[in-house]
Amino acid sequence: MLSLIIYSFNESRLVTVWSGFSVKWYGELMRDEQMLNAAWVSLRVAFYTATTSVVIGTMASLMLTRFARFPGKTLFGGLITAPLVMPEVITGLSLLLLFVSMSDWFGVFGSRGIMTIWIAHVTFCVSFVTVVVSSRLSEVDKSIEEAAMDLGANRAKVFFLITLPMIAPALVAGWLLAFTLSLDNLVVTSFVSGPASTTLPMKVFSSVRLGVSPKINALATIMIGVVFVAAFIGWWWMAREEKKRKLDMQLAAQKG
Amino acid sequence: MNAWTQRLQKLLPGGRWLVIVPPYVWMLLFFAAPFAIVLKISFAKSQIAIPPYTDLLQITDNLLQIVLNLDNYLYLVRDSLYFKTYVSSLKIAAISTLLCLLLGYPMAYAIARADASVRNVLIMLVVLPSWTSFLIRVYAWIGILKNNGLLNNFLMWLGVIDQPLHILHTDVAVYIGIVYTYLPFMVLPLYANLVKHDQRLIEAAFDLGAKPWQAFLKITVPLSKAGIIAGSMLVMIPVVGEFVIPELLGAPDTLMIGRVLWQEFFSNRDWPVASAVAIVMLILLIVPITMFHHYQAKEMEGRLT
Repeated sequence: MLSLIIYSFNESRLVTVWSGFSVKWYGELMRDEQMLNAAWVSLRVAFYTATTSVVIGTMASLMLTRFARFPGKTLFGGLITAPLVMPEVITGLSLLLLFVSMSDWFGVFGSRGIMTIWIAHVTFCVSFVTVVVSSRLSEVDKSIEEAAMDLGANRAKVFFLITLPMIAPALVAGWLLAFTLSLDNLVVTSFVSGPASTTLPMKVFSSVRLGVSPKINALATIMIGVVFVAAFIGWWWMAREEKKRKLDMQLAAQKG
Repeated sequence: MNAWTQRLQKLLPGGRWLVIVPPYVWMLLFFAAPFAIVLKISFAKSQIAIPPYTDLLQITDNLLQIVLNLDNYLYLVRDSLYFKTYVSSLKIAAISTLLCLLLGYPMAYAIARADASVRNVLIMLVVLPSWTSFLIRVYAWIGILKNNGLLNNFLMWLGVIDQPLHILHTDVAVYIGIVYTYLPFMVLPLYANLVKHDQRLIEAAFDLGAKPWQAFLKITVPLSKAGIIAGSMLVMIPVVGEFVIPELLGAPDTLMIGRVLWQEFFSNRDWPVASAVAIVMLILLIVPITMFHHYQAKEMEGRLT
C-alpha cells in the first residue's frame, strides 16, 4: 500500500524506477474525462443504493426481530441471508437475465444503466444492512418500547420516537457499509451496466488488466487518503460520544 | 357508518403489512425470481440475435411445444475442462478456507481476550483495509509479488535468494490474494462468538486439572462451533465463484468457475451455457448455503441458542 502512495509521486512512467518527485500523475488523472465520469456515476449509484438499502434493510430487520411468526417469515430469512454468501457471478448473471426478460415481456429496463445498477446493488446491500441493524435491534431494550405503547403511543409513533433514535448508530453504520460495498463492486456491475454507464471499478479493472500504471497509483493514494481521514473522524466522533455518555452517567449517578 | 369503517379497516392493509411487503417483494422479485429465469435460459439454445437465446415455448403447426435443450448440460459433462474447473474451484476454496481459519482463529482469540480498550482498535485494524477499494488492494499485491516487485527486491537485498521468485501469476499468488481479502470475514464472526464465552468454564477446567491445550480443545473449540461454521461459509462459498483475484493474480490457466462463467458470458457470448454453469454451481453450493443460513438465522432472530 505504502509503495503505491510513494510511487504515485514518481516522475517516471516506469512504475519501478524512481526519477524524481512529481504530482504530474494527479494532473493527468484530473484531466481524464472518462475516469471522472465513471467516478461520478459510482458516487451517485452508491448514494442512492446506501439510502434505499437502509430503508428496506430497516424494514426487514423489524420484520425479523419484532414481528410475530407469520407464514413466509422463514422463507424471507433465507432470502435475506443468501445474498451475503452468493457468488457475485451468479447474482450478476441472474439479475441481467431478469432485466433482459423483463424488457422482453413488459418493455421495462430496455436500456441498462444507473437504474439497473442501483437495483442490483440494493439487492445485495440490503442483506448487509439487515445484519447490522437487526443485531442492534436485538440488543435494544424492548421494555422502553413497551412502556411507550402502554402510555398510548401507536406503533408508528413508538418506532419514530423511541426505536429509531436508539438504532441510529446502526443505521449510520449500515449506510456507510452499503455505500462502500456499492462503490467497490465490480462483478455484479459489469453484468448489469449498459454501454453508457461505466463505473469507477470497471474503469480501474480494465486499466489494471493492461498493467501497472502511475495514474492508478495516484487514484489509489486519493482513495486511501479519503478512507483514513473518514476513519479518523469516525473514531474521534465515537470517542467523544463515549466520553459524553460516561459523563452523563456520572452526573446521573451523583444526582440519584 | 361505524360498521363501514370497521369493514374498511379490515380490507385495508395494516401498518404491519406496510413494513413486510416492500422488502419481501424486492427480495422475491430481484433475488429469487432471477434464478427461475437462469434455469429457464440454461435449457435454451444459443442464437445470434437479441437476446442471444431461443424461446422455450415454440408454436409450430398450431402445436405449442416446450423445447428443453439439454445440450448445455451435456456439453458441461462431456468437456472434461468443466469438471476439472469445478474440482479445482472447490479445492482452492477449501484450502483457502482452512488457511483463513488457521490464521483467523488465533487473531480472533487474541482480540477477544485483549483489554476492552485495545479491542476496538484491533477490530478497526482488521476492518480498515476492507474500506479501501478491493480492486486497489489486489492491484497493490501485483506490485508486491511481481518479479521485480517489493518482495523479490527485499529478499534479494537480504541475500536470501539471488534470482527473483516467480510468484505472480501462479496459484500461490491466488491463495495469498484470497486469504488476504477474506480474512476479515473469518475473524469477525469468530470474534463475535469468542467474546461471549464465559471465562469461568476455562477456570473450572483448570481447577479440574486440565492442561491449557486440553481446555482449549474440549471447551473453547466446541463452544465456538457456530462461529467456525459461519466464518468458514462466509469465506468458502464466495471464493468458489471468485473472479477478480484469479483473473488478476492467477496464471492464465488457473481454473476457477467464476472465470469460466465470465468468459462464456462476455467473450463467447453464450448465455445458455453460462446459465448452465451457474445452475451447476448453485447445486454444488446449496448445502453450504443452507448450513450458513441455519446459523445466521439464529444470530439474527435474537441470538437465542
